[in-house]
Amino acid sequence: MAEVALKGVTKRFGAVSAVAGMDLTVPDGAFMVVLGPTGAGKTTTLRLVAGLERPDAGEVFIGGRRVTDETPAERDVAMVFQQYSLYPHLTVRENLAFPLKSPLLRTPPAEIARIVGETAEMLRIGHKLDNRATRLSGGEMQRVSIGRALVRRPAVYLMDEPLSSLDAKLRADLRVELKRIHAEIAATLIYVTHDQTEAMTMATHVGVLEAGRLAQVGGPREIYENPVSAHVAARLGQPRINLLPATLFGHGPDRAATIGLRPEHVALDPGGAEGAPAVVTRVERLGDQTRLHLDVAGHALVTLTDPHTDLKTGRAVAVRPRDPLWFDAAGARVT
Amino acid sequence: MSAHSVTEPSPGRKRVAAALVVAYALITLLPLMWIFATGFKSPPDSIAYPPKIAFEPTLEGYVNLFTTRTRVTPEQLQALPPPDGLAETIVRNRDMVIAGPSKFGERFMNSVIIGFGSTFLSIFLGTLAAYAFSRFRIPLSDDLLFFILSTRMMPPIAVAIPIFLMYRTLGLSDTHLGMILLYTAVNISLAVWLLKGFIDEIPREYEEAALIDGYTRFQAFVKVVLPQAATGIASTAIFCLIFAWNEYAFAVLLTSGTAQTAPPFIPTIIGVGGQDWPAVAAGATLFLLPVLVFTVLLRKHLLRGITFGAVRK
Ligand SMILES: Nc1ncnc2c1ncn2[C@@H]1O[C@H](COP(=O)(O)OP(=O)(O)OP(=O)(O)O)[C@@H](O)[C@H]1O
Ligand SMILES: [Mg+2]
Repeated sequence: MAEVALKGVTKRFGAVSAVAGMDLTVPDGAFMVVLGPTGAGKTTTLRLVAGLERPDAGEVFIGGRRVTDETPAERDVAMVFQQYSLYPHLTVRENLAFPLKSPLLRTPPAEIARIVGETAEMLRIGHKLDNRATRLSGGEMQRVSIGRALVRRPAVYLMDEPLSSLDAKLRADLRVELKRIHAEIAATLIYVTHDQTEAMTMATHVGVLEAGRLAQVGGPREIYENPVSAHVAARLGQPRINLLPATLFGHGPDRAATIGLRPEHVALDPGGAEGAPAVVTRVERLGDQTRLHLDVAGHALVTLTDPHTDLKTGRAVAVRPRDPLWFDAAGARVT
Repeated sequence: MSAHSVTEPSPGRKRVAAALVVAYALITLLPLMWIFATGFKSPPDSIAYPPKIAFEPTLEGYVNLFTTRTRVTPEQLQALPPPDGLAETIVRNRDMVIAGPSKFGERFMNSVIIGFGSTFLSIFLGTLAAYAFSRFRIPLSDDLLFFILSTRMMPPIAVAIPIFLMYRTLGLSDTHLGMILLYTAVNISLAVWLLKGFIDEIPREYEEAALIDGYTRFQAFVKVVLPQAATGIASTAIFCLIFAWNEYAFAVLLTSGTAQTAPPFIPTIIGVGGQDWPAVAAGATLFLLPVLVFTVLLRKHLLRGITFGAVRK
């Protein structure tokens, strides 16, 4: 296993800087989750590490070795592609065996059969081994694609939204499996996701990208509790953090332009006495959580409430902030 | 597949379409059937007027195609031992004996060597070039592609004289290598363009996956791109073979002996001892077979169509 480091890496596509001057170190054995809105450069970052893109500037290191000029095969990485990319002319079994048969590994056939069997079992695709890769559902393709990475023991695993097409149960199961594999072989993993649960439960490190730049790196709790900007704060949290004018509840710190309120930052008084007056616009019951939509002086605010709440639409209440996050006009954190 | 059912034509339209296809097939197949039949006619039947539809089949055309014969007097014929084999019997009925094999076998083999050789070379070079044009950033690639196509914008025979002179100087006239190179030069523009289209359709992600899985780019090309380009390669190969197989003008100009192909040879049968149409028809029939067999063998690939991608769009 190995440490991965990007030093000042830039990748442009025409006028677009997909990755701009990125410095990122993923320690050996880390499970680095990469978050960021669509188009932020997450896939491009993985492709730069894999060697599928050459940086316009900067260097890539794997295990302390400069790999910028090496081919993907030489870098010894495994990747789960966002678009699966299964070999359509091969069966599931052949797809899983393909990396093992590479000239680099030349695994003996008995060994291939064992590894493919175990991997397929773990991913619950054992019964589809003889299907053409094209004759699979989206979720099955995605699992084969994960399997094709897991049959190897590379220096680094790169996974681009690997669980996005799976149902909730399978996703939960595979989360546990991936975490187990990570612990078992102490692999270095770079993992792109939009899913908060995946980020919070699996990551040892979280990196947040914004428009090709690394906005913040830290542990998942640090990113959640101590975001450096409004943008980072918006990446984690269900419902999303509420970003409202700083003056809505009286005075904030100097320079603060925006107040950021997660549900735990909102104190609600159903009696309507303490805090800024607000009106309930909707009560949304999602099953595992109950969301309360409020209108505070013309601004929408979403928070959580008790599932057995008797609050109804139209009810007048009062809200006040409790240890909120403050951001300046540019979105940077103010403390 | 479900998308297809929406546009599935009604049974009535299907029947009309089928009738049109059958009618068209009959029109185009009629001359072929006539040639096939003529091959089994006797020389008098082949020029009978009105044309004979029902006739007594004979192998005389095929015997004449493969042999040279000399005329003998009835006395000499009497003196010969009894004929051995069907061919000798047929020939003696016309007061002749077999003098030896004709050149048809050799010429046919020349066609096979030159036709398949140039097809293989066109596909080999064409696939590599098409892959490069499709995948790599090549300086001036659009201009180069246009240049390659432009070699096909005039009839190849327009440059016959320069090629004739060049081949004579280089010693390529009437050689297999010369004809293979010539037909490859003509076919390669078509091959590059057709194959580039097919390879463009194959998503790069497959090769990228193979690169990550530990393969070199060339290995990825062989293991991942080629199998998926099989459909395109098969249809391009058929086009190339048909051109090289049927080519007449250059063959007449540049070959006369060792490397002469079947197309210029077949007409020379006429004139050797009268107008032997059954032998010409027999030669034409045999000449059709390899392309037919080749096309049928590759039919599976032609019909397989475009692979359903395992890439999420
Ligand atoms: N091959 C390419 N050619 C041109 N532009 C590209 C290419 N690949 C990526 N881009 C651009 O680079 C930017 C970053 O793309 P990237 O695929 O890395 O985003 P992402 O963070 O993975 O997004 P998503 O969450 O939607 O997958 C985008 O603006 C995209 O349009
Ligand atoms: Mg992406």
